[in-house]
Amino acid sequence: MGPNAAGKTTTIRMLTGVIKPDEGTASILSYDILREGLKTKQLMGIVPEMANAYVDLSAWNNLMLVGELYGVSKLQRQERASKLLKEFKLYERRKHLVRGFSRGMKQKLLLCMALINEPKILFLDEPTSGLDVGSQRLMRDMIRELNRNGITIFLTTHNMEEANQLCDRIAIINHGKIAAIDNPEKLRLRSSGLQSIEVSFDKAVSIEELSKIRGVSEAKKTGDKIRLYVDETSDVLDKLIDFARLKRLKIISLNTLAPTLEDVFLKLVKES
Amino acid sequence: MVTFSMESNLYLEQFKRSIAIAKKNIRIYYSKGPVVIFGIITPLFLFLSFYIGRNMPAETLVPGLIGMTAFFTATSVGPAIVPWEARAKTLERLISSPISIWTIFLGDVLSSFLFGAVVSIFPVIFGVLIGVKMVSPLILGFGIVLATFCFASFSILLSAYPPTNSPASVMMLSSMVKFPLVFISGIFIPIEDLPAWGRTVSLISPLTYFTDLARYSIQGRSFYPFELDFILLVAFAVIFLVVAIKIHERTIQKRL
Repeated sequence: MGPNAAGKTTTIRMLTGVIKPDEGTASILSYDILREGLKTKQLMGIVPEMANAYVDLSAWNNLMLVGELYGVSKLQRQERASKLLKEFKLYERRKHLVRGFSRGMKQKLLLCMALINEPKILFLDEPTSGLDVGSQRLMRDMIRELNRNGITIFLTTHNMEEANQLCDRIAIINHGKIAAIDNPEKLRLRSSGLQSIEVSFDKAVSIEELSKIRGVSEAKKTGDKIRLYVDETSDVLDKLIDFARLKRLKIISLNTLAPTLEDVFLKLVKES
Repeated sequence: MVTFSMESNLYLEQFKRSIAIAKKNIRIYYSKGPVVIFGIITPLFLFLSFYIGRNMPAETLVPGLIGMTAFFTATSVGPAIVPWEARAKTLERLISSPISIWTIFLGDVLSSFLFGAVVSIFPVIFGVLIGVKMVSPLILGFGIVLATFCFASFSILLSAYPPTNSPASVMMLSSMVKFPLVFISGIFIPIEDLPAWGRTVSLISPLTYFTDLARYSIQGRSFYPFELDFILLVAFAVIFLVVAIKIHERTIQKRL
């Protein structure tokens, strides 16, 4: 994950051999991407950010072409193409030119093309970007299924919820550097200052006064509630109850909230 | 021995993938407007404009027609493939596939070669139909194969530099190179009838040697020994192929 121009697509393009890195090394499945480029690419499947199927070829011919480029035998590529097109509900359109496909159909075809060589690792660059809600859900289900079947998935996304649902590990990058890398829960927990307490009182309260409570880094009004960003919730809870007693306020509701992935993301990007 | 076997397998496997690229090119590009216009219609009209109203024997004209057809058809699509693919982002797909740059461009050359070789058969049939006798049809056949491969290699050189992704610019630049070559290669005027400076300039064009070879096959006489024509066509083919791919290797990143 990363903001626009953070280097997400550039990272994928380097790892998949499209562009040459200026410096550094990387290996995929123990193959050096520069010295053993062909071997590395043989094990990959790629769904790029921009749909790049041949629009003047049919869906079937696109799959046959990619199969041939990966050295898949004729019988195998025909079997796999039929199976994939049926799974992705494109079989009936297999003889149609890709030019007439919708964005969602193209994206599904790209995934079929990426799977024709039965890759060990799949690179997906914003796989659900531009899809409608139904197609997004379908694509996420497919990604989960592929991962369950043993394929390592490397994906980039803008969507926090998508990352939260799909990823075992998340790297947040900015300006080409990794700001943080961990599993989603640990990323959330380790972000101090992003835990919050949401409170509402029976009477209006000054935000300035609440923000002066020790341990509160920021206070924000959210609807009829007030959100207090804190370093440690337990310390602030006691002080907040004391504050209510002192001001003769009645607490209507009180919730402690863990930071969302979005909070973590924004904080890390800002820091980096 | 094992290493040699592994390497030969690798080359064979990459060659098969070049054929896959050639098949794709034939499916996609040979029906496109610029290819039909620059590859078939333009040379045909150029030939007719020169032929009509001139009292020249068919034996003198047909070798030129065969030479021009082979040259224009084999070079018609090659220069535009890379810009088209770069623009459609399909070049990125090819680069990220387990194939080398050589495999990609050899595939482009193979498709241009096949297109050129097949279309070049038509002026030969036309010549036979109007009564032109072939002295050495076998040499003509070999000559067409060799020359169309040479011109196909030349076609990828035409798109090598500058690395633009605009097919129209590449077509314009390649026309600026191709048309002058036609006029200095003995197509319309046999080499022996060219002035001394024209003969000197004609040496740099591979089309000169194919036209000369075609004249030998049909008329039984040529300006250069036909063996020399063959050798020079092979030399031009190798040089064009190697130089074009080396330049593309250096410039391809700028297209992505």
